[in-house]
Amino acid sequence: MALYKLQINGKTYEADVDADTPLLWVLRDNLGLVGTKYGCGIAQCGACTVHLNGRAVRSCVLPVSAVGSGKVTTIEGLSEKGDHPVQLAWDEVDVPQCGYCQAGQIMTAAALLAENPKPTPVQIDNAMQGNICRCGTYHRIREAVQLASSKLK
Amino acid sequence: METMIKTNRRDFLKIASAAGGGLLLGFYWNEAGASVIESVTEGALAEGEVTFNSYLTISPDNIVTIFSPNPELGQNIKTTFPMIVADELDADWSKVKVVQAALDTEKYDRQVTGGSGAIPHSWERLRKAGATARHMLVEAAAKRLGVPASELSTENGFVIHKKSGKKLTYGELATDASKITPPEDVKLKERSEFKLIGKRVRNVDNFEMITGKPLYGLDIYRDGMLIGMIQRPPAFGTKIKSVDASAAKAMPGIVDVVTFKNNVAVVGKSTWQVMKARKALRIEYEAAGNIESSADHDRLFKELLDSKEAEVKRKDGDVDAAFASAATKIVREYQCPFLAHAPMEPMNFFADVREDGVELIGPTQTPNSARTQVAEMLGIPPEKITLQLTRLGGGFGRRLKTDFALEAAELSSIVKAPVKLIWTREDDMQGGSYRPAVRYRFEAALDARGNLIGYKLRGAGINSGNTTREHNFPSGAVDNVLIESIEHQSPITTGAWRAPITNFLAFAEQSFLDEVALAAKKDPVQFRLELLERAKQRPVGQLGYDADRMIAVIKLAAEKSGWGKKRDVAQGFSVYFSHRSYVAQVAEVAMKNNQPTLQKIYAAADCGIVVNESGAKQQVVGGIVDGLGHALYGNLTFRNGEAEQKNFDTYRLIRIKEVPDVEVHFVDNGISPTGLGEPALPPTGGAIANAFFKATGKRLYRQPFMQQPEMEGVRLDQRM
Repeated sequence: MALYKLQINGKTYEADVDADTPLLWVLRDNLGLVGTKYGCGIAQCGACTVHLNGRAVRSCVLPVSAVGSGKVTTIEGLSEKGDHPVQLAWDEVDVPQCGYCQAGQIMTAAALLAENPKPTPVQIDNAMQGNICRCGTYHRIREAVQLASSKLK
Repeated sequence: METMIKTNRRDFLKIASAAGGGLLLGFYWNEAGASVIESVTEGALAEGEVTFNSYLTISPDNIVTIFSPNPELGQNIKTTFPMIVADELDADWSKVKVVQAALDTEKYDRQVTGGSGAIPHSWERLRKAGATARHMLVEAAAKRLGVPASELSTENGFVIHKKSGKKLTYGELATDASKITPPEDVKLKERSEFKLIGKRVRNVDNFEMITGKPLYGLDIYRDGMLIGMIQRPPAFGTKIKSVDASAAKAMPGIVDVVTFKNNVAVVGKSTWQVMKARKALRIEYEAAGNIESSADHDRLFKELLDSKEAEVKRKDGDVDAAFASAATKIVREYQCPFLAHAPMEPMNFFADVREDGVELIGPTQTPNSARTQVAEMLGIPPEKITLQLTRLGGGFGRRLKTDFALEAAELSSIVKAPVKLIWTREDDMQGGSYRPAVRYRFEAALDARGNLIGYKLRGAGINSGNTTREHNFPSGAVDNVLIESIEHQSPITTGAWRAPITNFLAFAEQSFLDEVALAAKKDPVQFRLELLERAKQRPVGQLGYDADRMIAVIKLAAEKSGWGKKRDVAQGFSVYFSHRSYVAQVAEVAMKNNQPTLQKIYAAADCGIVVNESGAKQQVVGGIVDGLGHALYGNLTFRNGEAEQKNFDTYRLIRIKEVPDVEVHFVDNGISPTGLGEPALPPTGGAIANAFFKATGKRLYRQPFMQQPEMEGVRLDQRM
């Protein structure tokens, strides 16, 4: 066990965990940030997606020791009031069914739009291909990403 | 003071005085009709709130709280149920708060999610609940204003007296209203008066879901709670021979390792520590039953389809004579593999078994079964067990089973601590309860004019139960029918998987009927319509479906898709009745750069009145995506009793690039609503397979399609 200082959602958190503990489980078990979900544990489903220095990463395979001073953003820190354009679009389009994968979907979409505010339909599909939605809300995900993009300046 | 009023129906009302001087009132729905009336506990609700029935309270500050009893797993019931109550109540939807009710067998019956049954079961009850409360508010306003109730109307949370221009809020009337004698019969709205029903209403949990609030079973954390994981036998048909847990026990954060019922459970302080310690377990297994592989099942299917032991499910006329006289005979076989349910949230449950009682929390489709079985297992009365429902991160039938709740309770009772039991994704895929693998043989006899005079179906399944739906179409439309089923008992456990049996049977049947129509030289749509006309005019035996409703969805799908009128795409048709609803689909495949590409699926659904336009549409789209994805990719195979696919790297689920456009239409017939959680899934496989045939001349007889040689070169990426 070792003490890790983590920069998450603009705050500094401390966690006393094994070096190989995936960031996902530090967020959930140690820091009470449960919006980031466990789906597969092998970076295949995207439910655990967070941002590390602005890029979408799979926190289920990211050891806490590799995070260093990197800036982590989770779904809880994407916006203060739940009003990030992607979150608003998700509500407007009424995307979620069971909702379990949606935090990961939103984090992937937000990272895409941060890098490429006006993605083409192909670029949206390419970016979202790593996130599984077992309920099959893919059409609404496409629509919501486009809606969020249209509202960005 | 406590008053109880028995209505002349089998539902009961309850009134009891509350500490604050107001009244608490509760409806007790009891299907058995027994006079189960119990007092409402004082202070059970927030002070000042008035309970009108199990489903709602109205507080003096105008907040209407509606309790949603059924488990929510993405079927949108937590939004749909309250909409129905709120519509009859004429409530202001923006002031409606929806609360997931805990398990309460006295207040609610059928607190279950399964079989697409919640809406047909509760439609009338919910409307009566809302309408009764509205009636009492109106009566209270009439007294207060000294005007006849007939001069009052309600709108958006107000009782309005138009003559005088006076308006009273529901909140200010709530306490008075609860003193009104509830009506024995209450008038429900005409359909034209609905304000919310039929509208697009967004999911009531959207904000919580998009901001990552704790909602799901896995999000439960308690002080002193331990994390538990279980190593189950990796192969079906094996049991534990020996366990060496010494290394695992010595690892950091591990509290205990215990063995029960072929389970080795590791209990510790954090998820990762438990995951790591589990890998350090040394367990030997030995055979305890048949050890089966998928190759064995292929052989078994052949034997079963030729066996003399099949159970006759339906027999009309004389099939032997019909086939002997047939001008054309068609025989085809269709096979599907096992499937895992694979909901995104893996199985989990929280249990705290104490001396004085048990607390259970988690995602289950069957909370009452979970509690009853835990009570039996622990030998304690069910009244001592509370069960709180979390939102379910998907279910698809997997959470109808209670195994994970029982495991959590047993583990907590052994280690004497609150435990959150977690299954990994690998546990989920290897843990059984699969969609059964099935093989069908269909036979059709046509006379010289192309009339279907004989129809035979035999289904062989592995732990499948009845593999057929013997009274479903085309039964009733053919003079000579024989439907049989036979199953093999296997250690590989199966369970209900979204649209049980029909999730594959529909593909097989609708593909077969496509071939039969072609052999009869008839258009596939016309062929089905003729059969249904026959079933309507001169039905043969029992009909499990309404021919008129099936005809209506067929015609709507044909019309909306421009059936038979398009030159540039190949269309495939399919229609299926399941779980009281009817869905027809047309799939379109186009040739792009000489490659067949699935472009679009049209759906026409009849679920009666559409309650929530947004939720209903997504149920149909999601059902189609599910049906498409599993028809294309779903494949769980076995080698020596062990599942060969253990996670999403090898167990392929459909992803965003592979979904074609979907266009949904509903039949508008005003019939009381039926469910939509399942009915859109069954027709999809057949529509796609029939469209691919039209485009390529190749028929598909096995799922998953993408592993069949016929599908080589087929493009699924819609936007390349």
